[in-house]
Amino acid sequence: MARTITMREAINEALSQEMGRDERVIVMGEDNAGGAGSPGDADAWGGVLGVTKGLYHRYPGRVLDTPISESAFIGAAIGAATSGMRPVAELMFIDFMGVCFDQIFNQAAKFRYMFGGKAVTPATIRTMYGGGFRAAAQHSQSLYPIFTHIPGLKVVTPSTPYDAKGLLVTAIRDDDPVIFCEHKALYDITGDVPEDLYTIPLGEAEVVREGGDVTIVTLGRMVHTVLEAAEQLASAGVAADVIDLRTTSPLDEDTILESVEGTGRVVVVDEATPRCGIAADIASLVASKAFGSLQAPVELVTAPHTPVPFSDVLEDLYVPDAQRVVNAAKAVTSWSR
Amino acid sequence: MTDERIRLVTMPKWGLSMTTGEITDWWVTEGEEVTEGADLADIDTDKIAGPLEAEGPGTLRRIVVGKGSRAPVGAVLAVQAPAEVPDSEIDTVVAEAQQRNAELAEAVESGAEDTGPAAQTVTVGRRALSYLSVGEAGSDGVATVLVHGYGGDKDSWLFLQPDLGSDRLVHALDLPGHGASSKDVGNGSVDELAGALLGFLDEVGAARAHLVGHSLGGAVAATAAVSAPERVASLTLLAPVGLGEAIDADYLRSFATASSKREVKPLLGRLLADPSAVTRSMVDDVVRFKRLDGVQAALQRLCEAMLDGDRQAVALPDSLAQLDVPVTVVWGAQDTIVPNPGDDVLHARLPRARIELLDGAGHMPHMEKAGSVLASLRG
Repeated sequence: MARTITMREAINEALSQEMGRDERVIVMGEDNAGGAGSPGDADAWGGVLGVTKGLYHRYPGRVLDTPISESAFIGAAIGAATSGMRPVAELMFIDFMGVCFDQIFNQAAKFRYMFGGKAVTPATIRTMYGGGFRAAAQHSQSLYPIFTHIPGLKVVTPSTPYDAKGLLVTAIRDDDPVIFCEHKALYDITGDVPEDLYTIPLGEAEVVREGGDVTIVTLGRMVHTVLEAAEQLASAGVAADVIDLRTTSPLDEDTILESVEGTGRVVVVDEATPRCGIAADIASLVASKAFGSLQAPVELVTAPHTPVPFSDVLEDLYVPDAQRVVNAAKAVTSWSR
Repeated sequence: MTDERIRLVTMPKWGLSMTTGEITDWWVTEGEEVTEGADLADIDTDKIAGPLEAEGPGTLRRIVVGKGSRAPVGAVLAVQAPAEVPDSEIDTVVAEAQQRNAELAEAVESGAEDTGPAAQTVTVGRRALSYLSVGEAGSDGVATVLVHGYGGDKDSWLFLQPDLGSDRLVHALDLPGHGASSKDVGNGSVDELAGALLGFLDEVGAARAHLVGHSLGGAVAATAAVSAPERVASLTLLAPVGLGEAIDADYLRSFATASSKREVKPLLGRLLADPSAVTRSMVDDVVRFKRLDGVQAALQRLCEAMLDGDRQAVALPDSLAQLDVPVTVVWGAQDTIVPNPGDDVLHARLPRARIELLDGAGHMPHMEKAGSVLASLRG
């Protein structure tokens, strides 16, 4: 039975139901229970934005508060994964990932490969990303392209409560390390989510709107910005296919290429900075595998290549908005030689 | 005061749960003359796509909701009026309509719009069974119970249940393994499902019921009727399993294993006389159902129980012929999933049954020709 819940509740439910189904699933991170030394009752934060609230009492001993040392607890989670557990570690902000790159890039991502497939690392690392929270340069980045770049990691960027629950369940059950990226601005959006457990395969993009005039590829929070733009475009007579990647690794090339073969015109929208990013990657994919279909240069709508500004005015300009998407879509649909 | 020569084209409400619809195409352009009954636009709803027909004649003066846009039920989609009505007057009507549309959209967004009755759950044995009830019991207290087919759910009846429920109590349930019910189907046999159906009647307090079953649900309803004839007031079977031998075994097996939209969409097309009526949301709903834990295994089990090689394994008992209640059999003329076994077989198996063949319907007459099936149920 589906009911309407928030993305925060959907993620919490996925964790809770998977913990109930499989005792190897544990949750660990900073302030995930009640803070070190606290009983985790009244003062239980459930993580900095309350995503893991309530799990501490439901699953005694399986929700671990960790010291503020990402290199230590991410390393512990990866070690636990290699020895039979299915840990879900919460690394508060994706911006802090830098202090534990070795654990993620050189250890977790490489075990299966270096041990000839004999070792598995079923660790899930949940983390917050994205701008719009006036949280400045060190707490606002969209760093999923960095993880997408590393073979051996899977990278998930859900845009709806339904997707968040199904993709997180799949991530937990997956035998490879998964970086699960949650946009801060999406925790309170609502949507229909089944009460029962379900899975969504990693590497399957979702066509969230069908149009036929232009293909707009996007992910995460930008899906909502693009849908707003697509509505405006529709009134202007431009019907857009909107593709939500859902996972950047594995990448669903077929869904993108199928749409581009129909439209011949492509806009890629990403909140991350442009160099070596998802937008450039999709543009390259389309140029090399759908060149014959293309009728206009690919337009990229991304953040500029700068840190996220603290100034409200500048941050609002920094994060791509619907108007920029509309402009880009109009540019590619009206382009001719 | 609006000019009475002006006709507003509005978003229809097709089915219980519909709150919005999407214009997938306009068939007429602004300035074009329109006759009554002409196809104006294609609308994509919760379950099925269909044409919006003009309610009367008049030039299509203005399109308010463009192709590719979604609008709430009741929203003004276009304005029709004879050419002599001045543009300025049309402009005023359009401006009012846009404001009204925005208000309706806001109501839908905030959930204030009535989205219909909510599903309920009963426990039958070890299983939770989900169901939706519409309407109130008549003086005879006999409820109507709708039983969907393999891979369907209680929403399969959304074009029928609201209308049927206007003068009687109508329950639509999710069989075990389906919808929001428990995914445990036991041995997957028709007997097992018929037991669940009788248990459901007990739980909702239906001493007797009019049973309506589609496909596998037809076999389930018929089996329940044979095993407890005192519980059944009438039996309506839509393209039921268990009367003939032919069945599209490839469809059943493919449906059990299909896991993506790419695989599901062409399969659903095979259910309908017009495959283009399959909508995105129909495909979405099936894929979402198929991804629930336990569904794949349940469908495999049901599929195995329904098939003997590439033929039907289910054979309804001969005693069905002696059933002393009104029996109606409805079959879509273009059904290739469970093809009509033919009049000879039907007359032999159900000598007293009323038999209706619906042209323009495939395996889903209650979706494709809901009006005809409704008329038949009203008798």
